[in-house]
Amino acid sequence: MKKHMFISLGALMMAGLLNAQSQYKAGDIASDFKLKNVKGEMVSLSDIKDADGFIVSFWCNTCPVVKKYDQRLQELHAKYAPKGYPVIAINPNDPAASPGDSFEKMKETAAKLNYKFEYLFDETQEVARKYGATNTPHIYILSWKDSKLIVEYVGAIDNNTDDAAAADKKYAEDALNSILKGEQVSLSGTRAIGCAIKWKKTE
Amino acid sequence: MRVFFIIIFLLAGSIASLTAQKMEQIGVPELEKVLASPDNVLHVVNFWATWCPPCVTELPYFEKLSKEYQGMDVKFILISLDFPSQIESRLIPFLNTNKITADVRVMTDLDYNSWIEKVDAGWQGNIPVTLFFNNAGKIKYFHPSEVTEQELKYLINKYK
Repeated sequence: MKKHMFISLGALMMAGLLNAQSQYKAGDIASDFKLKNVKGEMVSLSDIKDADGFIVSFWCNTCPVVKKYDQRLQELHAKYAPKGYPVIAINPNDPAASPGDSFEKMKETAAKLNYKFEYLFDETQEVARKYGATNTPHIYILSWKDSKLIVEYVGAIDNNTDDAAAADKKYAEDALNSILKGEQVSLSGTRAIGCAIKWKKTE
Repeated sequence: MRVFFIIIFLLAGSIASLTAQKMEQIGVPELEKVLASPDNVLHVVNFWATWCPPCVTELPYFEKLSKEYQGMDVKFILISLDFPSQIESRLIPFLNTNKITADVRVMTDLDYNSWIEKVDAGWQGNIPVTLFFNNAGKIKYFHPSEVTEQELKYLINKYK
């Protein structure tokens, strides 16, 4: 009986581990998607005019790390959207697991914080799975090359969550500046502590 | 009466400082030392933060099992990733309120990219996660998500 229980527990945990999928890395071709923004319109990257690429940011309303970076993401958009790299924020969290991340709450957050960038809802979590996102925040910088979306950078915005002024490695900005100069991105992947994406329970 | 208040005040102060002393702040060298521990015991190292709801849910299981497995070659270390600016205001009050007596240390090196991979090559920085290892016994298992009490017990028994 005891052994039986352990086996089913093992199976249960394996199911949990399937969430840990492979992740896009620099050089990979990223998929486009069609997701609903906070105005209720469907948005695809290929529909966005005058963009040479995107700062795709897995994001949400609730994670304290996201909140720490809120201002910094808005600054990235203000600085790089005019240069062809707008921010596209995507909330992949399951509202059943995290009620503060519902579509209605996304609308409230976008209005309250006056988001100037697209804030999209990945209701089926397919985009997060395909990109291999694990956390919020989780940044993917993509560039259009020969009509394909090429991954240029994956990871954190900078190296100090607690204090923007103390961050002395600005990963995302460094990557964008290199891209804009037509240079190779020198650090194309970083890791940072963040909130685990709240995946739907698979039963 | 006044003396009484002063004594109470001093006592409260010394209790607070005792708690504060228990809260060891660590950086990368101390983390590396934990990970390289040669002790022939199962180390159960949980990475968590008070701002992470699933972490807070599972923390009592670690507290409970750390008592249950006392003296049984299992060493629990709970590494908090609370922001340094919130150690006094949030982390220590949380530990006191929830009567956490397990070994909690707070990681204050925020240059996450410089150390996450040292814990496990597969870790992307999401929390909670738990590392089970016994270097002497060549055992290492990285659990990349939250655990239930039953799962935690199962994993300890499996690797102990």
